[in-house]
Amino acid sequence: MDNIVSLKDLVVNFEDGEQILHGINLDIKDKEFVTLLGPSGCGKTTTLRIIAGFLEPTSGDVFFDGKRINGVPPHKRNVNTVFQRYALFPHLNVYENIAFGLRVKKTSEKEVVRRVGEMLELVNLKGFEKRSVNRLSGGQQQRVAIARALVNRPKVLLLDEPLGALDLKLRKEMQVELRKIQQALELTFVYVTHDQEDALTMSDTVVVMNNGSIQQIGSPIDIYNEPVNAFVADFIGESNIVNGSMPRDCLVEFVGKQFECVDKGFAPNETVDVVIRPEDIKIIPAESAKLTGIVESVVFKGVHYEMIVDGVDHKWMIHSTKHAPVGTMIGMHFDPDDIHIMKKTEVDG
Amino acid sequence: MKMKLFAAPYLVWMVVFILVPLIMVAVFAFTTDGGEFTLDNISDVGQYANIFVRSIWLALIATAICLVMAYPISFMLSRMEKHRQGTMLMIVMLPMWMNFLLRTYAWMTLLGNNGIINFLFGLVGLGPFKLINTQGAVVLGMVYNYLPFMILPLYSVMVKIDKSLIEAASDLGCGSVGVLFRVILPLSLPGITSGVTMVFVPAISTFIISRMLGGGSNLLIGDLIEMQFLGNSYNPHLGAAISLVLMVIILVIMTIMNQFSPDDQVLM
Repeated sequence: MDNIVSLKDLVVNFEDGEQILHGINLDIKDKEFVTLLGPSGCGKTTTLRIIAGFLEPTSGDVFFDGKRINGVPPHKRNVNTVFQRYALFPHLNVYENIAFGLRVKKTSEKEVVRRVGEMLELVNLKGFEKRSVNRLSGGQQQRVAIARALVNRPKVLLLDEPLGALDLKLRKEMQVELRKIQQALELTFVYVTHDQEDALTMSDTVVVMNNGSIQQIGSPIDIYNEPVNAFVADFIGESNIVNGSMPRDCLVEFVGKQFECVDKGFAPNETVDVVIRPEDIKIIPAESAKLTGIVESVVFKGVHYEMIVDGVDHKWMIHSTKHAPVGTMIGMHFDPDDIHIMKKTEVDG
Repeated sequence: MKMKLFAAPYLVWMVVFILVPLIMVAVFAFTTDGGEFTLDNISDVGQYANIFVRSIWLALIATAICLVMAYPISFMLSRMEKHRQGTMLMIVMLPMWMNFLLRTYAWMTLLGNNGIINFLFGLVGLGPFKLINTQGAVVLGMVYNYLPFMILPLYSVMVKIDKSLIEAASDLGCGSVGVLFRVILPLSLPGITSGVTMVFVPAISTFIISRMLGGGSNLLIGDLIEMQFLGNSYNPHLGAAISLVLMVIILVIMTIMNQFSPDDQVLM
């Protein structure tokens, strides 16, 4: 697979001197579903707008299909965008909204009818042709926006938080549907979101961003299981993050105790971030435990209970299908490979 | 029901100062001095057809010029940063804070045969040109005085056009001309109709501008009506008839204009 989009050393400074992107390097492979994930203000939308052509980077290069496309205006790029709040044309009905790009290119009427029909079928909006876009639900507007972009057969579809305005159930349906469309049409999707579930559910590759730089690039499984730093660990799912140090390889010390682990390659006694996922902590009887604490709160979350347990030096979050009553002393256990050791970064999650 | 109470002052106002005068105009238009019914006043209006044609023509030209000038100005205004928009709007409005008569007088001295513009032409060995007392001067006066009335409604419609719609259009293959004709123009139609109304109606019925800048030879309907009430040819019945015909003409033109407006944004 070749790279369809390549970003090289992208830097964006805004007029007031604030740096929005600090040297982004990213290769997006053809037919890949890539998600740019990060909190608001991390530069993910800026990156997307650079690919679309709405924004020129202060420095750095954008390559599309091997050709440098800096300075090429949006209407001459073979990409289309699904906008955050859809940006449907209020003066046109559903059919004309979808046909917009074809009409601009002076496509023959026969072809317009055929391709718009195809799209209406793809996004399940047959029968809505004459409907005003102002009289559609959020989910339907979403579908029109996707159809309007896809009808142009772009090589890359850019999606800017397209599910942000939908309720949870619809959001999950659309996640599945988007993934299906992407695979059926064999297109490259670049998807921007702050929602980790969107990212984990749909993507081939997740790009985690923070403060204008890329933190980690990897498959959803890698990102979740092997976060490279505390920020990624904290942003993807819930995490217990504590300060620790490494007396030697495969041994980590935190909350005043030493634990076996599987990580190596740190300087002796280097201070590190220790990350333990709440679902990796098992509840055991306090007598036989190395680590104990008093249950401070228990919240039923549907699939599991979320407990906050007050150890002496740290409050631990535990996700478990079992729970202990508030106020009781419990023991906590985790296996060596449940302990993730990360180099300290200047970023605090 | 309480809301109705709040509207009462305006209802009274409307009846006393709008409805009653309208009826009086109609009554005057269809009666003689003796108070008998007649159609003579209305048919007499026919002899002033040339003045009607000239008024409509000049008002149309002025409206068209206002539209062409105001459209790009309004668009630029609407795309500026928010805090700059306020300042620029104020500059647009500034002339309106000055007295209407004063503004028009100023043009008299500018355009006069010995006025500043001809003086400047004289310096480079040109002219003098006949600027004042021409139809061009009347149109200039209309454009100058009514331009803000075109800019404001256009601006207020355009400022509501979401930037993402423009981006979406260019994303879907429109160059700047395409964006203008496929998105901005259709979405600013309501602003165009209300701007055209707000310029055309005062322009077609003005009498000060034509009097001061047009001289005696470029009479407009407004002058004609004024003469029937205040001039030597005192005849309020004919004046009322002319007013009535003018109202009908404006009504017809506005109805035609509204055909171009989307259904939910009709002005009248």
